[in-house]
Amino acid sequence: MTSSQALEKPAAATPPASRRRAGGSLWPFVLPALIVVASVIVFPWAFTIWMSLNEWQIGGGSSFVGLANFGRLLTDLRFHDALWHTLYFTALAVILPVVLGLFSAIVFHQNFKARGFLRALFVMPMMATPVAIALVWAMMFHPQLGVLNYLLSLVGIPPQLWVFHPATVIPSLVLVETWQWTPLVMLIVLGGLAAIPTEPYESALIDGASGWQMFWHITLPLVLPFVMVAAIIRSIDAIKSFDIIYAITQGGPGTASETINLYLYSVAFAYYDIGYGSAIAVVFFLMVIGLAVLLLWLKKRVQWTEVGIGA
Amino acid sequence: MRFGRTTRRSVLAGTMAAGAFGLSGARLAWADPAWKAFEGTDLEVMLTKGPRGETLQKYEDEFTELTGIRVGSEQIPEQQQRQKAVIELTSGSPSFDVIHLSYHVQKRQFEKAKWLADFSQFLKDSNLTEATLTEDDFSAAGLLYAKNDAGEMRSLPFSVDYWMVYYNKEMFERKGVAYPTTFDELVTAAEKLTDPANGEYGFVARGLRNANVPVWTSFLLGYGGTMVDEQGQLKTDTPEAIEAAKLYQRLLTKSAPPGVAGFNWSECQSAFLQGKVGMWMDGVGFAPPLEDPTKSRIVGKVGYGVMPKGPVKQVSATFGDGIGVAEASSNKEAGYLYCQWAVSKLMGTRLLQAGGGVPFRKSILNDPEVRKGVTLPAEWVECVAGSAEISELGLPVIIPVTEFRDTFGTALTTLLSEGDPAALLKQATQQFQPVLDKSEA
Repeated sequence: MTSSQALEKPAAATPPASRRRAGGSLWPFVLPALIVVASVIVFPWAFTIWMSLNEWQIGGGSSFVGLANFGRLLTDLRFHDALWHTLYFTALAVILPVVLGLFSAIVFHQNFKARGFLRALFVMPMMATPVAIALVWAMMFHPQLGVLNYLLSLVGIPPQLWVFHPATVIPSLVLVETWQWTPLVMLIVLGGLAAIPTEPYESALIDGASGWQMFWHITLPLVLPFVMVAAIIRSIDAIKSFDIIYAITQGGPGTASETINLYLYSVAFAYYDIGYGSAIAVVFFLMVIGLAVLLLWLKKRVQWTEVGIGA
Repeated sequence: MRFGRTTRRSVLAGTMAAGAFGLSGARLAWADPAWKAFEGTDLEVMLTKGPRGETLQKYEDEFTELTGIRVGSEQIPEQQQRQKAVIELTSGSPSFDVIHLSYHVQKRQFEKAKWLADFSQFLKDSNLTEATLTEDDFSAAGLLYAKNDAGEMRSLPFSVDYWMVYYNKEMFERKGVAYPTTFDELVTAAEKLTDPANGEYGFVARGLRNANVPVWTSFLLGYGGTMVDEQGQLKTDTPEAIEAAKLYQRLLTKSAPPGVAGFNWSECQSAFLQGKVGMWMDGVGFAPPLEDPTKSRIVGKVGYGVMPKGPVKQVSATFGDGIGVAEASSNKEAGYLYCQWAVSKLMGTRLLQAGGGVPFRKSILNDPEVRKGVTLPAEWVECVAGSAEISELGLPVIIPVTEFRDTFGTALTTLLSEGDPAALLKQATQQFQPVLDKSEA
């Protein structure tokens, strides 16, 4: 108390000059971070937006074209396909890990023998390098030499073409994503389950509720905010996914698994059309922001529901 | 070279000389360039990852011994190397002096931007160039690649890749099929060899977008077609192009293993190595693993066939690598010495004998002594020599080669699941012509 009073006193005695001085003296602390943020975040973004307004091919000159690159996107069929592939891939690569992650969290929340060991085993895919995983899966997917078709043959299922056919390529890639990222969802939800109080379950048991009723009316609502956090992280990761897809299919067969990120990479770094590539990057960035805002809004609604239940 | 004292350097210089006349047997006019003129120079070399880059890197100490030029080299995977090169050369101050380039993708781009130093004067300078390195020693395809419209040599042709057909002799014998000499026979043989119930297929080639375009252009050239005419107009929806696409579609849907739409050369090679595929069409450089007992089930059973004849002509689609010095480099002469060493008889012999690549220089490929040392079967060498005689460039010499390959590659991959060749090629042509026009504007 004494020291805080001592600090407050002089500030009260000479308000304007001291405040100015105090304000001015804070800048040296803020400035390095500001410079870093401006140079590594703000500048690249401003430059990308500027480039998206220019026609610039590497090796040639550049010229200002206004919104022409964005206009080109409206008629670019490959971009439209890529947009659809991105949405399809993202939806599957969020829903499957979230659902499986939720159920595996419930399983690993129970007490059973070797739980610690199995849990450690379960989270291992998450720790592996995506490109290394991609190469292993690419071999497993091989229609003639891959182990997956061999396993299917053991149970009498005919061989599949996995990533080698346009119709099955995205679900097959999602299989890899699900295998790798279900553990992350499981860990987040497991944290949520640990925080749920036991009283509601005791009351429910006294009232004669079934296991399913307890899950549906108690566990799920209470753990939903955590599931939403996992869904937000997964959504942003999935929509930006590049490494797994690039290493396994490079967007193929044809362009059947080409997401916006892969198309953007081809335009900018294989066709060297930096202006158009930047326009795609800007649109893609807006999509990611839009998705994040939507999910945060949904998360708020879930929290309100939780408060509602609690009240 | 001084006599009386044997040093490692003199041995190396002597080896280079032996490469010039000892192996070729006849050339005695060895004029030694001033190898040491740029002693102490530091040279940065950017190579493409693969057997050719590996060979250069493996023996670069010998170059340093010979010239006193220190070499810092790195091998980067092809796609990434191309991107890095373009970005660095555009910046005007590349981190490398010498660059290993793929002519079939980068020729026009490099020429238009004038990124490489002109070797024309160096080639005439006896202080810089050994007497055996003459223009007429390079094959026609090599000169076509290395020279620009003004006839300037801005790189040295390093290694050539001819397309041919690997075939499984055992399967051919078992089914009583002879090696095809025409496109029609190719289809008949492929279909006869196909037996899905036993997991056997007659033909495999690349189905993966982009990588698959040389398969189609190989057929297109045999039908007498071309990809781009002299006025820069695409010829990719002509009757010849459509016939080639139909052939591609038929072979890859009726005689190829399931999933071929996602196959690049490595998947094709894996399938062929298992002994379950009758023919595999691809570049000559993929032979070594086929004869390696640790990787292959068909050692000693592989036939190496020259491309069958099309209805109009017999063509082996050709691709190639070159090596040049950046125009922005301040070590052009030292870099040129490195390039000359890279395409020297000694290095070319090593490359050919290990099956890692085929030199553009005729004096190497046609030398019986060099051929004797080749570790691959004699039939492979014969196939290479036969292909050289019917060689034509396998991709158009344009700037947006990658986009060309992606656009037409997508159409070709689509053909493997659905679609009409004429309609898909027309659509791809309409889509790509504006890109081509813009690139040359």
